[in-house]
Amino acid sequence: MEAGDPAIWGGGQLSRPAGPIVLARLHLRLGALNELQYRVNFWVQLFNSGLNLATGLVAIAVVYNQTDTLGGWSSAELLAVLGVHVLIGGFLRTFVVPNMWSLIRDVQEGTLDYTLTRPADSQLIVSVRQINIWNLIDVVLGAGVVAWALREMQSQLTGTGLVAFGVTLVCGAAIVYAIWLTAVTIAFKAVDIGDLMQILNGVYEAGRWPVTIYPLWLRSSLTVIIPLAFAITVPAEIVTGRVGWGWLAAAVGVAGLALLVSRAIWKWGIRNYSGASA
Amino acid sequence: MTTPRTEFSRARYYRAGMRLGFQREIQYRIRTTLMILGFMVEPIIYLAVWTTVAEAQGGEIAGLTTGTLAAYYIVWTLVRVYNLGFAPDAWEWRIREGRMNDFLSQPIHPFHRDFTFFAGGKFVFTLVWIPVAAFLTLIFEPTIEWAVVNVVGFVIALWGGFAVRFVVLYLLGMINFWTTRGAAIFGIFIASELLLSGRLVPLELMPGWVADIAAWLPFKWTFQFPIDTLIGRLDPGQVVAGIGAQVLWTASIGLVFVAVWKRAIRRYGAVGN
Repeated sequence: MEAGDPAIWGGGQLSRPAGPIVLARLHLRLGALNELQYRVNFWVQLFNSGLNLATGLVAIAVVYNQTDTLGGWSSAELLAVLGVHVLIGGFLRTFVVPNMWSLIRDVQEGTLDYTLTRPADSQLIVSVRQINIWNLIDVVLGAGVVAWALREMQSQLTGTGLVAFGVTLVCGAAIVYAIWLTAVTIAFKAVDIGDLMQILNGVYEAGRWPVTIYPLWLRSSLTVIIPLAFAITVPAEIVTGRVGWGWLAAAVGVAGLALLVSRAIWKWGIRNYSGASA
Repeated sequence: MTTPRTEFSRARYYRAGMRLGFQREIQYRIRTTLMILGFMVEPIIYLAVWTTVAEAQGGEIAGLTTGTLAAYYIVWTLVRVYNLGFAPDAWEWRIREGRMNDFLSQPIHPFHRDFTFFAGGKFVFTLVWIPVAAFLTLIFEPTIEWAVVNVVGFVIALWGGFAVRFVVLYLLGMINFWTTRGAAIFGIFIASELLLSGRLVPLELMPGWVADIAAWLPFKWTFQFPIDTLIGRLDPGQVVAGIGAQVLWTASIGLVFVAVWKRAIRRYGAVGN
């Protein structure tokens, strides 16, 4: 065999640069396989997720111990909000948060240069390098809670309704990704980014309750500036049949806009990034 | 006669350590402000939820008016930052990275170093909290029964709460000397504390049996007690009794800690050999 022989180069498949989708898939698969080695972490995560969900359920129980309706939301509807919150939170902690931590580490240690000099798209690379596969437990638990809420409501969810719910969930995932990427990019040089992640976590907790119960200033911030309303409340409202198609369209629009804005800010961020060693 | 400046004294160590903690926080003002803003989110959520419930029931719930609830959750933020202590899971890092050697080779116990460092930062947090509280006061219109005795009691109770929680966290951190999987226990601790301290809701809003359990645990003395003291929900006798409870909890957990610490560092030595 001689150099460049297809047998060496994986049958020619790896001989040319992969497209963005293949590249993302490869990264994610490697990350998942790395995590799957640590089986005990599954049980640790299952315990943590269970505890977290239990706390959320207790909070709802405490509220409905005192009242029958919270700003027009029944307990089953609130259960659906909690379910979506846990589900999207699971996505966030599986795919987004670990990547943002590596990005922060790269900025602090000056190793982001290695990523920026790679020929592939830098935003893609920093977004798919890490994956915390066991956090998918929250996605499963969250979906279970939504199903439980629908049963409580004796809801007749149609196929179309389910698809609409799926679309809003994808939009929700896109929105939280855009929020996190934007915040971390802006914070490149401004603040200690580790603390920023804690604050973002705190803000995400606001999504555990429907935004309609918040005072106007907070509700508008969570709708316009940090659009968690579209990431969590809207999917829950769609699946429980509280709102119709108009909000579905709005969620799609907001998700698209959020992705565009985060992309623009990322481009601006790396253009102004001078490296830690410079 | 005053002792010469070069001589070691516990009081002098505490003063210097607290000044160091103060300096660290005051240098990172933006970080401190962001931290307070981050901590504000949680009480605002609870306040919004309970105000909605109270308003639906004619402005009052279990004897708590919307004004009292607002006062409760505004003071909440300050108590929350006074509650911050050395995180139990951070001991794992200290052990793993061999930082313990540094501590153990010093004549003074690391407790004093950590305690003074955290204590010093509290003054900065108080300074940052004041404008935040003023802003929240404008929005949420809290009702507070002002009295000198409440303010004095609050200052003591705030530090008492810090002392109780600091020794509890310190004791909990000792678990790391025996296992690297302490995370599950810390998780249970944080969840029970959330429910039993008055952090999620004032304990009156919980079912009666929860409040009964809380009476036997240290949590409420770190959280609800200081808040209730300032906003005037306790009479002077209750305030004094509460401070007494804080002293008792700090002392008894402190004693347990001293006993556990001896065994813990013996184990640490075994790991190093």
